[in-house]
Amino acid sequence: MKLITVAGPPSSGKTAVITRLAENLDERLGVIKFDCLTTFDKERYEEAGIPVEVGFSGKFCPDHFFVNNVEDGVTWGLDRELDYLITESAGLCNRCSPHIVGITSVCVVDCLSGVHTPRKIGPMLKFADIVVVTKGDIVSQAEREVFAWSVRQANGEAQILFVNGITGQGAFMLAKLVSGACSVTTLNNTRLRFTTPAAACSYCTGEIRIGESFQMGMMRKIDFDSGGLHD
Amino acid sequence: MTDNFIQVIASRTVGELLTDYPVAYDFFQNLNLPPLPPNKPLEDALFVVSDDWLEEFGLRRFEIPDQLAAFLRTMTATDVLRTVAMLTIIGGQDKDGNPENAELVLKPGSVAAVVGPTGSGKSRLLADIECLAQGDTPTRRRVLIDGTEADEETRFQMEGKLIAQLSQNMNFVMDISVAEFLGMHMRSRSRGGEKWLIQECFECANNLAGEKFTLSTKVTQLSGGQSRALMIADCAYISTSPIVLIDEIENAGVDRRRAVDILVKREKIVLISTHDPLLALGADLRVVIRNGGIFKVLETSEREKASLHEIEKIDMLLSNARAKLRSGERLED
Repeated sequence: MKLITVAGPPSSGKTAVITRLAENLDERLGVIKFDCLTTFDKERYEEAGIPVEVGFSGKFCPDHFFVNNVEDGVTWGLDRELDYLITESAGLCNRCSPHIVGITSVCVVDCLSGVHTPRKIGPMLKFADIVVVTKGDIVSQAEREVFAWSVRQANGEAQILFVNGITGQGAFMLAKLVSGACSVTTLNNTRLRFTTPAAACSYCTGEIRIGESFQMGMMRKIDFDSGGLHD
Repeated sequence: MTDNFIQVIASRTVGELLTDYPVAYDFFQNLNLPPLPPNKPLEDALFVVSDDWLEEFGLRRFEIPDQLAAFLRTMTATDVLRTVAMLTIIGGQDKDGNPENAELVLKPGSVAAVVGPTGSGKSRLLADIECLAQGDTPTRRRVLIDGTEADEETRFQMEGKLIAQLSQNMNFVMDISVAEFLGMHMRSRSRGGEKWLIQECFECANNLAGEKFTLSTKVTQLSGGQSRALMIADCAYISTSPIVLIDEIENAGVDRRRAVDILVKREKIVLISTHDPLLALGADLRVVIRNGGIFKVLETSEREKASLHEIEKIDMLLSNARAKLRSGERLED
């Protein structure tokens, strides 16, 4: 079974891209959707006849939640004899990425999100093997090029691909690219491409009151005088 | 190539690097690094950044010079300006699976019009060309460049620089001025040095558009016609793509025939999907689409070219009427 991690900001078109990808692969593809609170994508996948499992992180850090569950997800996919397993996760907090060393990784961004967005998104774009740019049909060729250049600035090595989630244009090229993904039987001992954020503080355990006396554990403070980050 | 950059980075100070490769500013900005002392080589200069800071952003000190080298290699890679002497489209099948039995050969400086009812598959033909179909799209068409199938690399070439596409429903969404936009596009095409191009492209766009705009106008504030004019001028002067696909540019407040002329003069292969008789007859070749397939390929005949003058007269009459109405005159004669 080939595993592919797909990440991207909310509403960038991840589900549309994955559905289009499934249409272009003749093999069995299943999806695990990682989300925080709610998702409307389960029905969309089911309508398309794609096996789907949804995991809500709820009050847990979505990144930690992903890492804690992805291996069981692989077992789920193997049990269903999938040829392709896709993990779909939203941008989480822009600080993180679900990408794993040796596992084909895709980042989905949309052209309308602003020219500097690719440089702001961080590791989920920076460490992706393939960057899929959506909604390119509503901007000019010139603007697509400028956007792609901005992606290139943040990630010099990725394959950049324009996919139209509505018509599916470009999706078959994505299918070609991911067909070269490595097969996995387990993720045991594999590594994330980037660390997840560290926090073990009172707010992790449900504190909601604001103020110095409620802040316990690992904390980080802005040094407002010098305008930088300091411990 | 990267190896050269590794040497370059090792042998120059940060200040020299920034002077020689201004794009390195973007790199340091992407990494969110604090200002580095300009008089030291990068490796030494990086010691002003604390380990904590680097860790915060997931960076390792020794990796930064290598990352910069890779970045500079990507950013300074010059566009190989590929020329295309011939574009061939080999027919596949229509919506019902009937064979198309068509082969279309297009050369630089020529214009082909794609005509047919709405929904007949005109845009599909342009899409097949855009992705250099190899029998792997629903139409099973094959598109050859200079008589050969494009290799994977050409097909996946990131921005599809071989082919530029323009359509009626395209807009600008970036919050930047015309000058900034053209400048960024030129840098993305590694042509940042040719500053005069911005002016030339801007003037061309202004000549095509009905209403004038300035270099400091935001691209999002341009009207439909002005946007289209800027996109066409950009195709002609900056994109340098040898193949241009145009999907319906009528009624957009832009001098469409002049637009096509400009592209043809730049020795491009132009395909226009259109319902406009003027554009259809102005083309050398007419591809008629029916039920998703190429139904006919017609060369524009001499008699058709003669009738073009009549249609031009009618068009002129209409444009004059439009111009008069716009400027508040009466149409009484």
